[in-house]
Formats: sequence, C-alpha cells, structure tokens
Amino acid sequence: MTALIEVDNLVKQYQGVRAVDGISFAIARGTCFGLLGPNGAGKTTTVEMLEGIKEPTAGSIRYKGEPLGAQFRREAGIMFQSTALQEFITVRETLRMFSRLYDQSVPLQTLIDACALHSFLDRDTRKLSGGQRQRLLLAIALVNDPEVVFLDEPTTGLDPQARRMLWELVRSIKARGKTVLLTTHYMEEAYELCDEIIIMDQGRIITQGSPDDLLARHFHDVVLQLPRDDYVAASAPMDMKVLDCGDSVEILTSEVTATVQQLLAADVSLDRLRIRARTLDDLFLELTGKELRT
Amino acid sequence: MKRLLAVFIARNKEFLRDRAALGWNLLFPVFIVAGFAFAFSGEPAPLYKVGVSGVMPANGFYTTPHVQFIAVDDLAAAVTKVERHRLDLLVDVSGRRYWVNDESPRGQLLERVLLGSDGGLGKEVVSGRVIRYVDWLIPGVLGMNIMFSALYGVGFVIVRYRKNGVLKRLKATPLSAIEFLAAQIASRLWLIVAVTVVVFFGTHLFVDFAMYGDYLTLFVAFAMGTICMISMGLVIAARIASEELAEGLLNLISWPMMFLSGVWFSLEGTHPLVQQLAQVFPLTHMIEAARAVMLDGATLAAIAPQLGALLAMTAGFLAIGAWLFRWE
Repeated sequence: MTALIEVDNLVKQYQGVRAVDGISFAIARGTCFGLLGPNGAGKTTTVEMLEGIKEPTAGSIRYKGEPLGAQFRREAGIMFQSTALQEFITVRETLRMFSRLYDQSVPLQTLIDACALHSFLDRDTRKLSGGQRQRLLLAIALVNDPEVVFLDEPTTGLDPQARRMLWELVRSIKARGKTVLLTTHYMEEAYELCDEIIIMDQGRIITQGSPDDLLARHFHDVVLQLPRDDYVAASAPMDMKVLDCGDSVEILTSEVTATVQQLLAADVSLDRLRIRARTLDDLFLELTGKELRT
Repeated sequence: MKRLLAVFIARNKEFLRDRAALGWNLLFPVFIVAGFAFAFSGEPAPLYKVGVSGVMPANGFYTTPHVQFIAVDDLAAAVTKVERHRLDLLVDVSGRRYWVNDESPRGQLLERVLLGSDGGLGKEVVSGRVIRYVDWLIPGVLGMNIMFSALYGVGFVIVRYRKNGVLKRLKATPLSAIEFLAAQIASRLWLIVAVTVVVFFGTHLFVDFAMYGDYLTLFVAFAMGTICMISMGLVIAARIASEELAEGLLNLISWPMMFLSGVWFSLEGTHPLVQQLAQVFPLTHMIEAARAVMLDGATLAAIAPQLGALLAMTAGFLAIGAWLFRWE
C-alpha cells in the first residue's frame, strides 16, 4: 500500500523538554493507524504536528509526497480531543458554517444520516450530551469528505453504547477508502479499529506493527486468573510466574495444561479459574511500565 | 461553610497568582486618580468665553477677569459658535464690530461689559437655539457605546475563542487568518452601525437633540470610527489567551478614552498635554467629527482632518493586528 503520510525524524522541542524525539513512520492509504502511549508520551504533540496545528522543531511531514499545505487543509478532517464550538448556534447552523469553509463539501443530509444527528439538529450546541457532541464533532471532521481523518481520543468519556456507535462510524469511514489516524487510551478500541499501531513513550516510538503481530511478537503465553484466596490456599509451593493484582492473581504460562495440573496437585480450587489471551493492555503496560504518569 | 471556604481560597489563589490581572487591578485606580489630578491641575475654568478676531488688545475689556479670550481665525465658524452659544460673544477688533446672540443671557451681560469699555463698536445680532448639555452629550455617548461594543465585542470574543479552542478548530480548515479577521470586522461593524442607528433615532424620539448636519456625513464619521476601534480591538486580541488579561488591557484603553476623549466634558479647560494626549485616541476624532456634524452642520470636507486621522489609525491597527495575530 502507498503511504499517504510520511513522517521523517520528527522533533518537537519545548523549553527544556523534548516532547517528540526524532520519530519516523508512514501511514498507508486506506488504513486506520493508531497512536498509543501514556500521558505525556508525546502523542498529542505528534498529532498536532501532523494536523498542521503545531510547527515541528525539526524533521518533515509529507502528505501525498508534499509538505503540509493548502491541499492538506482541504483534504484533512480533524476531530480534536476537546473543541469548543461557537455558542448560541444550533447543530445545523454549525454544520452549515463548517461546510461553507470548504470549496467542496458533503451534502449536509448525508452527514446528518451518517452521524445520526436528526434528533438534535436544531438544538443549541451548548445543550448536547457527551455522545451527541462527539457525533457532531465527527460530522464536522467529515464535512469536507476528507482523505484523512484525525480522531484524537474520540470516545473519551462516552458510555459503551455511544462508544460502539462511534466505532461503527470509524469502520464506515475506513470502508469508504479513507485513512484514519486514531489516538486513544482504550486498548480495546485500538485493537478493534486499527490496522497498525505505534506505541510512544517519552517522545519516542517503542514499538510498531499490527495489533495481532505485536501481541504475537511480544507474548508467547496466556493468563490464568484466580481469586487470591484460592491461590494462597495451595497446600504446596509452586514454581510459577505470578502477578499480584490485589484480590486476584495472574499466572503467566505458555503451558496451560501443565500449569493447571500443578495447581490441582497443590489442591488449589479451580472453580473460579479464568483463562484469557494476552491483550494490548498487557503489551502497553509491559512496554510503558505500571507507574502512574502525570 | 467548609466547602465555601475551600472555593473562596482557591479563587483567591487563582487571582493572586495571575500576575497580569493582579497588576492591572492594583495599577488601574492609581492611573485614573493620577490622570485626573494631572488633567485638572491648572487654573479653574473661566466663566465666560469671548472669541477675538484680529490682534487682541492687552487692555480694557480684554483684561476682564474670569473671561477666556480665544483667538479666532475663521470668523464665519466663530459666528456659528455664537449662534450655538458655544461662544458668549465674538469681537472683530479690526472690523470694529461684535456679535451677540439675542437669546444668550451670558452674551448680553458680556455685551454691557464690552460697551462699558469700548462704546464705538458696531453690533451684529445673531440668534440660535442654545446647545444644551444633552445636545453636546449625545455624540459622545453614541461614540462611547460604539467604543465599548467594538473593543469588547471583537477583542474579548477572539481571546475567548482562542482560549477555548474555537480558533484552533478553525485553523484546521482552509479559512485564512485574513478571512477570519475580515469576517469579525464586518460582523461587528454592521451590528454596531445597526444598533447606533436604532439608538440614535430612538433617543431622538424622547430627546429632541440638535442635528444640523446631514445624516450621511454623520454615518461616515461613525462608521469610520467604528472600523478604527474594531481594528484596535484586534490588536489587543492578536495573541492573548487569558480573558482576565484581555479585560485588563481593554479597560486600560477604554477608560482613559472614555474620560479623555470628550465624552462627558469638553477638554478645553484641561491641561494642554492632556489635550494633545487625547489626539492619540480614535474616540476623540470620532466624537469631534460627530459633534461637528450634529452641532455645527459640518460637511464631509470640514471633518476631513478627523476622518484622515481615523483612516491612518485604522491602517496602523490593521497592519499591527494582522502581523501579530496567532490562531493559538
């Protein structure tokens, strides 16, 4: 697949802080590309440079082989993490205003249908619920029928229903051959939507690939979860890799049958045993650590 | 009470740590008091005003205390001032004649003093309605209203847009900064003009104020003043992202203008430096032009100096505003 966006040795230096430290990657046309990382990893700075909002200190960003410019602004759709809208105007008026900022735009009715805005079209934008607001912001991002859509934490604060609805919208955008760049804190979301992800920390890329490839590359085991009380009631010591998770323990093993037999031999109750595959959450924590970021 | 105190303390800290806002709140009253003390530091204003055309004698009537003698170059304009009661008496020294308004008690009193000193002067009688304080005040109040609406309606709003991310969102579209700024100017201009027209004619229904000039000339004066002050607001809003700082700066500009541009009182009795300082304010030029049109019936040509000053200031503000402007 050809690259729609190419990033080469990108750097952003603030006073005393190197927020982005020489990263390079390419985003293939028609894919959903995920940018993940803990707070302060540099992902918002990276995305804002890709969006043309911030100027890089060094390095280059090319869209369709050219530096970011008028063509990029015409063909990019952006949903910021937090955006205020002009007050005292309705959803319909907001959409109309944004559509007029572009030479070519999607018919409003198409956007209204796609983002399910019918029920609050004439409502003041200040009086929208979180989910309604996110749908409107997504509709604004799509108003120019963009080639590439930037979604910066689009589902933060949404309930599961609203989140899944937004996922469906993102899938439909991708199905139309558009490119999506997604940043999110929800690993499940990244796994569901992204064809390729990078995980950043301290301004650098620490891993890159498709979610399944990354999991296969980093993990060769599964997780057995047991209530802590059941585990500590073992009658004999066991040689296992165990993670203490408060009320429960997680046993990491690549030999499930042997591990279960070892547990049974130590009289551990397996009534409440759960087995799960490794997830992006595990990968994220393994690569970026468990300490709280500020 | 505990919760109230917690919020009270947090707000205090927020305010005290915002050095710009704190500095402004401390310095502003000092500026105001110092400004007034300086402006009115001279002798008390004289009781009467006499226009004198020609070489002013240094004796007789012309040494009368409590009378301000003002040298006059344009005799016709000075006669109009007598008609409007803005001069109590006008003397043409070389022509050996004087003008007095037969409806002005102050003029008639001064006439007696003049004739007691020099009885050989020819009398020219003019008449005309007195320019009441309200007639004089209306252009100033309209101008002040325009000033606040222009400065706060553009300056403050753009700062709020920047602070809450509206500008960032617009930056991500093909909209250019020039287009955005032009839209702000156009929107505020028509709103202010519409409001001013409504206020002007609405007030006229209740207060039959003087309007000797033509409406189109007055419209031009107000419109040019409005554009100038909107442009001034753009300079303030070009980069700031703090609403409190913006409010402080807008106050810093608007309050001196309100007091030193002749909204409430004439600057004639103030310190000469204050009168010169007033010339840097666009409001001064707009009010001078509007008063000239409304009270003296001035034509477009007559108010050209004020319009020229407004035009020059507008060009300067727009250039600086466009140069300084940042979306974020």
